[in-house]
Amino acid sequence: MVTTDVPDIARVREVPRTVKDTASYTIFRVVNATVLVVICAVTLYPFVNLAAKAFSSQGYIMAGQVNLWPRGFNLTTLEWLAQQERFWTGYGNTIIQTVGGTTIAMVLTTTMAYALAKKHLKGRGIVIAMVVVTMFFNGGLIPNYLLITNLGFKNTVWAIIVPNAISAFNLLVMKAFFENFPSELEEAAAIDGMTTYGIFFRIVLPLSKAVIATMILFYAVFFWNSWFPAMLYLSDAELQPVTLYLRNLLAGASGAGREAGMEEVQIGSNLKAVTMLLTVIPIIAVYPFVQKYFVTGVMLGSVKG
Amino acid sequence: MAPDTGTAQAAPPARGDDPPVGTPAVVVGGVSRPPQQLRNKNTWGRALRKDWRLYTFLVLPIIYLLIFRYTPMVGNVVAFRRFRPGSSMFGDEWVGFYYFQAFIQDPKFWEVFLNTVILGALTLIVVFPLPIVLALMLNELRSRRFKKVAQTITYLPHFMSMVIVAGFVFELTAINGTINQIISGLGNDPISFMQKAEWFRQIYVSSEIWQTVGFGTILYLAALTTIDDQLYEAARIDGANRWQQTWHITLPGIRPTIVVLLILNIGTFMAVGFEKVLLLYNPLTYPTADVIATYLYRVGINSGSFSYAAAIGLFEAVIGLTLVLSANVIAKRTVGASLW
Repeated sequence: MVTTDVPDIARVREVPRTVKDTASYTIFRVVNATVLVVICAVTLYPFVNLAAKAFSSQGYIMAGQVNLWPRGFNLTTLEWLAQQERFWTGYGNTIIQTVGGTTIAMVLTTTMAYALAKKHLKGRGIVIAMVVVTMFFNGGLIPNYLLITNLGFKNTVWAIIVPNAISAFNLLVMKAFFENFPSELEEAAAIDGMTTYGIFFRIVLPLSKAVIATMILFYAVFFWNSWFPAMLYLSDAELQPVTLYLRNLLAGASGAGREAGMEEVQIGSNLKAVTMLLTVIPIIAVYPFVQKYFVTGVMLGSVKG
Repeated sequence: MAPDTGTAQAAPPARGDDPPVGTPAVVVGGVSRPPQQLRNKNTWGRALRKDWRLYTFLVLPIIYLLIFRYTPMVGNVVAFRRFRPGSSMFGDEWVGFYYFQAFIQDPKFWEVFLNTVILGALTLIVVFPLPIVLALMLNELRSRRFKKVAQTITYLPHFMSMVIVAGFVFELTAINGTINQIISGLGNDPISFMQKAEWFRQIYVSSEIWQTVGFGTILYLAALTTIDDQLYEAARIDGANRWQQTWHITLPGIRPTIVVLLILNIGTFMAVGFEKVLLLYNPLTYPTADVIATYLYRVGINSGSFSYAAAIGLFEAVIGLTLVLSANVIAKRTVGASLW
């Protein structure tokens, strides 16, 4: 697999054992480590608080007694939400939009980046300029809205998955990667009679798994977290992603509480917490395993400027 | 080298010790013939015949860019034209700067303009330096494992949807939320934060800090790894303490990164977190929370005044572009680092 050179940012500086810390520097190190522990705790607190609220009974939450640990342990809200068709429809839509959007984006980004990485290609400069311009200018909300509406994309999944297909940043990262691809491999394949298509699909792509994985993750997280385009273009609740379901719940615009028999289910903070918890769990579950790809991607991009 | 490569005479000798024998002959031959060949090689006909498969890779992406990126850019002319529902997305008749004048005379103009500038400035002044500080703190750690864990935890909020972040803000600031529990614990009355205009900016900036500071350290940490350890050693021998080492070696080492990120941040100054404001604000907090982008959204999408809203958007974009260009010029003149 072709890998790229990125600095190891978890590296710690080696200090020779012969150098003794001064007393004041030792104090600094203790304070520094303590502050970092506090920062980590503050970062994690909202998640812990969320989980605690999700499994607490509404009474304790209303009384302001739930912080780190659930009180009045309660699973009814979770069970109720698990039976809500609208919620699972939203989840399904999120998955469809993430998979569809990422697929379209990857096809366009990968092929375009590969062609633009060929330095001899005539007209390459113009096309690269076309891409770079989109980093600094975008049409703005209203012209985009009018375009999508005119194309008849309103209330179709296309409104979500098509307009965000090529991110200039991701494209430039991929282009930089393909430019560093060892040309001997491609030349050897060409001598063996492979066409550009063969080389691209059978030589280049299989050897670019690392950068492809990074790009897939970038796009997938974007589509998974996206909610605003859905609010703009998808008024049909059957098409809305789970983020929009949650947004409507937070804004109090959803009928979720009213539809349910009030006495059966504890709504309010508890329901919001459960919905949020179910929405973040997939991301938290995969996050530790994919984090390094994001870090690599960000640094690859910065190398290219 | 074969005489048919027209660039031969321009290329430096492959090996430094090659005697330049025969060079004049190549130049003589090169002046008369190869440029002709070069021009032939570069025609579109030849390029298409040779690389047509590569060009097929570009067809869809270029069509895509033209429709979904460039059409909306052109679509901004609707700001200078009157738009009629059901008619062309580019508007019907020219009205010049009518909508821009209307915006400047709009009673909401100063409110949304100042709110945008204040939120943008607060973000820049308060949030921007924090990743540098956090990166320096992480850099002083000697345990690789602790550093990794701290990085993993602080990057996490970056991957949360804006809706989740807003949800956290609502939960923590709720009347029975953790912050109000602390306030009551100290013997004060709870505050309904999200209904109070005077609290919006603090809440917005705090949530920005929580969400962005950790991930913002990545580029600084990468820059820190490129600083040569020998510099620190030399400084130690010269008697510099840790603070002096940070001030004279570490900070200058990451200065180019700081400058580039600062320019980029100034460029997005006007585009304050539109999605976040839209999720967090309500009519009670409009006096401090309503920014140009959210006003535009209500005028355009909710009320359907597309031309007016497009003019507001263009106004904002022009200010943003001016800011990034001037920041770039200033950075180039003063510290010699720039985006391009």
